[in-house]
Amino acid sequence: MAQGILAIGELNEDSSLASVTGEVLAVARKLAGATGAQVSLVLLGKNASQRTKEAIALGADKVWVSEAEVLHENQIEAHLAALAQVCKAADPQVIVAGKSLFGRDLAPRLAFRLRVPLMQDCIDVNTDPATKRVVAVRPVYGGNANARVASPVDPQFVCVRPKIFEALPPNPSRRGEVVQAPVSVDASVVKVKRVRRVKEEATGVKLEDARVVVSVGRGIGGPENLPPFQDLAKALGAALGASRPVCDAGWLDHSFQVGLTGKTIAPEIYLTWAISGASQHLAGCSAAKNIVAVNRDPNANIFKEAKYGVVGDWKKVLPSFTATVKELVGS
Amino acid sequence: MPINIIVCAKQVMDPETPVSAFKVDREAKRVVPATGIPPVVNGFDENAVEAALRLKEKAGGGKITILSLGKSFVNDVIKKPLAMGGDELVLLQEDAFEGLDAFTTVQALVAAIKKIGQYDLILCGRQASDYDQAHVPHGIGEMLGLPVISMAANLEVKDGAIHVERKLPDGYEVLEAPMPAVVSVSNELTPVRLPNLRGIMAASRKQPTVWKAADVGLEASALRSGLELLDLFIPVSEKVCEFIDGENDEDKGRKLALRLREAKLI
Ligand SMILES: Cc1cc2nc3c(=O)[nH]c(=O)nc-3n(C[C@H](O)[C@H](O)[C@H](O)COP(=O)(O)OP(=O)(O)OC[C@H]3O[C@@H](n4cnc5c(N)ncnc54)[C@H](O)[C@@H]3O)c2cc1C
Ligand SMILES: Nc1ncnc2c1ncn2[C@@H]1O[C@H](COP(=O)(O)O)[C@@H](O)[C@H]1O
Repeated sequence: MAQGILAIGELNEDSSLASVTGEVLAVARKLAGATGAQVSLVLLGKNASQRTKEAIALGADKVWVSEAEVLHENQIEAHLAALAQVCKAADPQVIVAGKSLFGRDLAPRLAFRLRVPLMQDCIDVNTDPATKRVVAVRPVYGGNANARVASPVDPQFVCVRPKIFEALPPNPSRRGEVVQAPVSVDASVVKVKRVRRVKEEATGVKLEDARVVVSVGRGIGGPENLPPFQDLAKALGAALGASRPVCDAGWLDHSFQVGLTGKTIAPEIYLTWAISGASQHLAGCSAAKNIVAVNRDPNANIFKEAKYGVVGDWKKVLPSFTATVKELVGS
Repeated sequence: MPINIIVCAKQVMDPETPVSAFKVDREAKRVVPATGIPPVVNGFDENAVEAALRLKEKAGGGKITILSLGKSFVNDVIKKPLAMGGDELVLLQEDAFEGLDAFTTVQALVAAIKKIGQYDLILCGRQASDYDQAHVPHGIGEMLGLPVISMAANLEVKDGAIHVERKLPDGYEVLEAPMPAVVSVSNELTPVRLPNLRGIMAASRKQPTVWKAADVGLEASALRSGLELLDLFIPVSEKVCEFIDGENDEDKGRKLALRLREAKLI
C-alpha cells in the first residue's frame, strides 16, 4: 500500500541545500497536515548526509540519502535512475518536486518513468477533505487561466513553481530519521555529458536575489534609453530586469528576462516601466510584494497587479522620480 | 551525412490574445477561442523548425518531418513549418485529441514517431503556450529510451553526437548526447526565418499525411487524459492599485517617490 509523502530535495553545486528543498518540504508538510502522513525527503549527491539535520529542521520526518559518486553532479540520467529506485522502495502516495532549473527536467521524466501523470508548475496545493487526494492549481495559457487538477493514480506527483511556497522556519528541535537510500546506479546510464560550462558573472545586484528590481518593457523604445534606468537602479541598489521583447530585440541579454520563460523573482519592490503586464510576464513576478507600475495606458493590465501606479509618459516621470529618489536615499 | 529530423509542432490559440478577449467556458472546462484571432503554430516550435532547417543545411541534406497532434487544424497555419522549408507534414488527427494532457499526448506522438521510423533527432519546442507544461519532450524521451536535452539555444552535430548550448542564469553550458536524441528548443534560437514566396508555393502543393488514432495502433475511445481537470477559471486579482496623481507627469514622478518613501519601501 502506497503511503506517505516523498519530497525531492536538491543540493547546490557547493553541496548546500538548494532553496527549493525548503519549499517542497513546506508543501509536503501542508499536505501531511491534512492526513497525518509521514514526510520523507530524498537527498542525493556529494555531502548529502551533512544536510540531513537542516532538512529535518525544515520539516522532514525521514531523509533518504545517497552520496554515490555518480550522483555528485546534478546529472539528470544518474539522478533519475536513483530516484526511480528510491520511489520504488519508499512507495509514496504523493511525490513533491520543485520546478527549479534541475527539477524542471527531472520531474517530467521521473513521472513518465513511474508511468504516472504530473501536476506540473503548481502554485497552490491542497488535500481534498472528502477524498483525501491532492488537488493542485496550475496556471495555463500563460497565466490567463488557472486549472485545478487531480491525479487518479498513486503516486500523485506534483511539481511546484519555485518561490511561490515559503519554506517553514527551521525548527532545530524537530526529530527525524536518516536512512541510506537503496541506490545502485551504473555510470553507463549517463548519456548526456557536459562539454563546457561558462560563467558570465553579472555585475551589480543579482536579479534573482534583489530586494528591489527596476524592470523595463518594450515601451522604453530602444537600447539608447537604458542608461537612465540603469542610473535609477544604481541609486536604489536595485537589479535591472526586463520583459521578453526587450531581450528578444537584444536591448538586454536574456538573463535579464522576467516571466514565464524568464526568471521567477520575488522582490520587495518591483518597479516596472512601460511594461503592459501580459500574463506571461506577471507569471515571473506575481510573488513580488509591491508592484509599482508606470505606463501611459490607464487600461494596461499591469495596473491590475500593481499596488502603486502612475499613468504617464516614462520620459517625463522618470527624471523627477530618480531625482527625488536620490534626494531621499541620500538623506 | 544527411540528417533526418522529426519536429513536433502544435497548433495553439494565439498566446498574444489580449487579456480582455480571453474567455473560459467554465462548464465545459475549456478556453473559448477569441473570434477573429486565428490560431498559430506554437512559438517555440517555430524555433525548433528553424533549428532543424539549420541542421539540415549544415548536413547538406536529409529530411524534416513535422508532426502535429490535434483535434482539427487550420491548413494555412499548420503548413507554416512546410513553408519555412520542412519536407513533410504528418497530422495525427482525432476528436479525442482535444484537451489531452501530456501523459496521453506523449503516448500518441510516440506511436506516430515509431511509425515514421527513421530519425536522428526529435525536436520539440520548450513548452506549448496553451498548457505551458514543458513536459512532452521529456515524456517522448522516456518512452523511447532516448537522451533528452531541454531549452536549446543552439545545436550542432559533431562526430555523430548532438551538441546543445543552453542558457543558464549565470552563463551557459554545452551538453552533448549521442543520437538519436530528443531536444527541446527555446526562443533564444533566433532569428526564425519567415516563409518566402517559394516556400509558401511549395507548401501549398504538399498534402499532409493524416493519421487517425487507429493508424498508429491506438484506440480512440480509450484515449483520456492522465490527469483529471476539475476546474478551469480566470483568476481574479484582489489587488487595488493606488494611482498617484499630480499636476503633470513630472509631478507624478516626484510624488511616486515620496509615496514609496512614506510606505517605507525606499
Ligand atoms: C509562451 C510565451 C512565453 C512568454 N514568456 C514571457 C516572459 O517570460 N516574460 C515576458 O516579459 N514576456 C513573455 N512573453 C511575452 C508576453 O506575452 C508579452 O508579449 C510581453 O510581456 C510584452 O512585453 P512588454 O510589456 O514589454 O511590451 P508591450 O506589451 O508592447 O507593452 C509596452 C507597454 O509600454 C507602454 N508604453 C509605451 N510607451 C510608453 C511611454 N512613453 N511611457 C509609458 N508607457 C509606455 C504601453 O502602454 C504598453 O503597455 C511570452 C509569450 C509567450 C507566448
Ligand atoms: N499536440 C502536439 N502536437 C505536436 N507536438 C506537441 C504537441 N503537444 C506538445 N508538443 C511538443 O512538445 C513541446 C512541449 O509541449 P508541452 O509539454 O505541452 O508544453 C511543444 O513545444 C511541441 O514541440
